[in-house]
Amino acid sequence: MSILKSLLAGDKRAIAQTISMVENDIDTAILERIFRHTGRAYHVGITGPPGAGKSTLVNAISKRLLKKNKKIGIIAVDPTSPFSGGALLGDRVRMTDLALHENIFIRSMASRGSLGGLAQATKDAALVLDAAGMDYILIETIGVGQVELDIAEVCDTTVVVLVPESGDSIQAMKAGLLEIADIMVVNKGDREGCERLVTELKFALEMREQKSGWPYPIMKTTATKDEGIEELVSAVESHAGHLVKTGSLEKERKSKLLLRVHELIEQKIRLHLRESFIRENELVKLVDRIYKRQLSPYRVAERITKELVRSSR
Amino acid sequence: MYKKIRVLVGKPGLDGHDRGAKVVAAALRDAGMEVVYTGLHQTCESIVEAAVQEDVDIIGLSILSGAHMTIFSRILKLLKAKKAIDILVIGGGIIPDDDMKRLQRMGVRKLFGPGTPTSEIVDWIKANAGKSKKRPAKKTRRTRRAPKKSTK
Ligand SMILES: Nc1nc2c(ncn2[C@@H]2O[C@H](COP(=O)(O)OP(=O)(O)OP(=O)(O)O)[C@@H](O)[C@H]2O)c(=O)[nH]1
Ligand SMILES: [Mg+2]
Repeated sequence: MSILKSLLAGDKRAIAQTISMVENDIDTAILERIFRHTGRAYHVGITGPPGAGKSTLVNAISKRLLKKNKKIGIIAVDPTSPFSGGALLGDRVRMTDLALHENIFIRSMASRGSLGGLAQATKDAALVLDAAGMDYILIETIGVGQVELDIAEVCDTTVVVLVPESGDSIQAMKAGLLEIADIMVVNKGDREGCERLVTELKFALEMREQKSGWPYPIMKTTATKDEGIEELVSAVESHAGHLVKTGSLEKERKSKLLLRVHELIEQKIRLHLRESFIRENELVKLVDRIYKRQLSPYRVAERITKELVRSSR
Repeated sequence: MYKKIRVLVGKPGLDGHDRGAKVVAAALRDAGMEVVYTGLHQTCESIVEAAVQEDVDIIGLSILSGAHMTIFSRILKLLKAKKAIDILVIGGGIIPDDDMKRLQRMGVRKLFGPGTPTSEIVDWIKANAGKSKKRPAKKTRRTRRAPKKSTK
């Protein structure tokens, strides 16, 4: 049986090996072949600061969804060390309850230098899981502080997890976390300061609510005690329902696809430039003259781009 | 992108010390590898399932409980059942010489005694990871070609 057939049949080894292929860019042709089998899974993103309890929540949410007979694919991203290029992928430690369930597939991914909280290949890995017949794909980002947030570009519902320790709502606003949240979770409900954070967030989110018609819920959970999880899962389901009812699901998925096409075009052009167009030796010589202020970087870039455009006509 | 070496570091069985496993995991990360850490008290089944889903090159187990014979043979058996014997199994812990020999005959690729410098483990993995990995078609071709070369 070909790897594609096994993958479509949900075979776990085939899923795992296909993800490796797209992650290592060995065979992106496979994406071409699986694409038409995708588009069915519902994507939920879980993001928030380091140690907020994202993995523990993913574990708890998944257990609920399993009871509803759903198939779940989990992608958990942890940071790659910028110094060694290695990574310690530890999200699984919080998901040991799930490890052996036949309807679960968990994959840890290293961010590999990508900055938005995901790895470059996370979107493609999600496609692989989608093609393999998952009903839900849960994506856990690295612990984000104040960086760009790619997760909303991939997911239908984005859940932002905060904890009392992660500061007040101003910090979440600065980090852009409030803008991308469809559902806000204050986890570690057993700790002090939860109620205060919930109240602050309610206040901060009121303005957004009036614009979109979606009543941004703020939930309190204690992931380690399985408290508030049922409500959280219901909130995800209502958000999905809301998106379908208002026609936003299709609209947003289309704009994500448009973004993806742009992204891929840029990637291809960059690769093409590096491989065939920019003659590094000549550039290095030019840099000499730029250093002596005989030329400016602006002029050089302009000239090279013009040449490129001319040659591609 | 380039292929990174992926290693699962696990701690099967009942004993509660994972300091050694954590030290090794950190050393492998510092050597540029992607290390999936599964935590304490894992069953053999869940370790093998994780190794398959994570598509690792190597499973490294730390066993201090004395149950190494049962655990390693179970792991190897489960890998075989999942047609995943290309994943190399290595281990560390306090293992008597006789057992070591038996384990290696069984298919455990390498065992490191207590106090082995982590650099030695790193070097071994770098030299051996990915060698038996995947694409069985290519592998058989290579083995077929090998004798021809040696007859020269
Ligand atoms: N008291 C309390 N502790 C919790 C709760 N949820 C998670 N934790 C603990 O918080 C710690 C971090 O949890 P994780 O689930 O690993 O957090 P994370 O956000 O996935 O962490 P990173 O992936 O490293 O960013 C663990 O020790 C959990 O047991 C909770 O509701 N209450
Ligand atoms: Mg986590």
